[in-house]
Amino acid sequence: MIEARHITKTFGTLRVLDDLSLSIGPRRITGLVGPNAAGKTTLAKIILGLTKADSGTLEIDGTPIGADDAYRSRIGYMPQMARFPENLSARELFEMLTDLRRPARPVDDELVERFNFGGALDKPIRTLSGGTRQKVNAVIAFLFRPDLLILDEPTAGLDPVSSGILKDKIFAEKAAGTTFLLTSHIMSELDELADDVAFINEGKVAFVGALAEIKRVTRQSNLERAIAEMMKRGAAA
Amino acid sequence: MKVTAKVARYEIRDVIRSRWLIGYTLFFLLATDALFRFGGGGEKALLSLVNIVLILIPLVAMVFSTVYLYAAREFIELLLAQPIKRRQVFAGLYIGLTLPLSLSFVVAVSVPFILHRGIASAQPGTFAALLLAGIALTLIFTALAFLIVARTEDRIKGLGLAVAVWLFLAVLYDGLVLLLISIMADYPIERPLIGLMLANPMDLARVALLLQFDVAALLGYTGAVMQKFFGRAIGVTVTSLALAVWVFAPLLAGMRAFQKKDF
Repeated sequence: MIEARHITKTFGTLRVLDDLSLSIGPRRITGLVGPNAAGKTTLAKIILGLTKADSGTLEIDGTPIGADDAYRSRIGYMPQMARFPENLSARELFEMLTDLRRPARPVDDELVERFNFGGALDKPIRTLSGGTRQKVNAVIAFLFRPDLLILDEPTAGLDPVSSGILKDKIFAEKAAGTTFLLTSHIMSELDELADDVAFINEGKVAFVGALAEIKRVTRQSNLERAIAEMMKRGAAA
Repeated sequence: MKVTAKVARYEIRDVIRSRWLIGYTLFFLLATDALFRFGGGGEKALLSLVNIVLILIPLVAMVFSTVYLYAAREFIELLLAQPIKRRQVFAGLYIGLTLPLSLSFVVAVSVPFILHRGIASAQPGTFAALLLAGIALTLIFTALAFLIVARTEDRIKGLGLAVAVWLFLAVLYDGLVLLLISIMADYPIERPLIGLMLANPMDLARVALLLQFDVAALLGYTGAVMQKFFGRAIGVTVTSLALAVWVFAPLLAGMRAFQKKDF
């Protein structure tokens, strides 16, 4: 689905991505893990065209990104921090995005019902709590039935019930053929959700493979310990 | 173009509900009303209004736009993640800010003006020039704010820069021009002075406006030179053209920076 080759990105003197190459398979959930500031969010933003790589190529289903903006109609994005225009309501925001994207298929508002917003959808967004905003953020990501969903810390700020609803939705859409790229600091969550894991450290892919594979090579029973082991080995090497 | 209009439409909905914009409208409404009530004839009230417009509009356009754009950073990211062009997002955001700001100024000044029958005593052309100058200053200083925000990552620095630019153009610039005049008193500096006036949009707007009134004393040095050099008709044309350049130069520079920017 996504083919990144030799991507380098520097911010000032800081080399965030250093000749990174990564292949992400279709219809799978790939978890991006790595220490803070390893370049996970930067990679997600390069896929979306929000940030431009200094060098390297990125293809989605064989088409290089950059020439045309239409490829983004296939992508849903749930950014890490959900901040929206303060005086609009969530419903107006959904209307706006629908208006901008003009989707061919009817929108997927299953999450609107499942999250049980009550009257919150019609209140100005500035009055909503952080968790409610994150739910709005999740609804937007799934709204246009994308082929590829990029979720950056999706469950941050969600209560266990909402977090469960979101995870169920992720599994359901994966079964329906959606590809996921997921970052999270909660390893147990990735353990539960991910099929593949890409461990990014210092701007490079240190390991990529199936979830079971990383556990096998590190001889650990869960992802958290496996990643910790990887980081220790990386420090020793 | 359609996408631009859609971005602008929703942004306008957001901006017109902002307390700051409501306060800005009320201020102009009350100030204009008070000037007409206590300031005597229409012409005098208009002159006082000119001074408020020249100082306040640039400040509000600059600070309001800068604060709004920094606060909307994550929302702009969300827009850029949609299948639309950056150029369309930029243009939509610009229209979405300048339209409510200009409109609230025009309405807040026109309502008391009409109610007090100011049109009858003052030249309607002068009043129209005041409205146009206010709109031009809104367009210029919002464009400058877009340029600053697109090029400055740190919001405190960006806001500081916006205020500094306003302070320089509104206050320091005239002082520097006066200093230059007193130092160069023995030389013919009329031409360089016109250059200096064209380089400051607030000076430009002042001269363009005061050329409308028959008050040479209020024109200041650059204005007097302007009138002497060009006369009224050409003076108005030159200042209007220069104001248009002042809208498009920062706007295009801001658009370029926005297109290249990493979000």
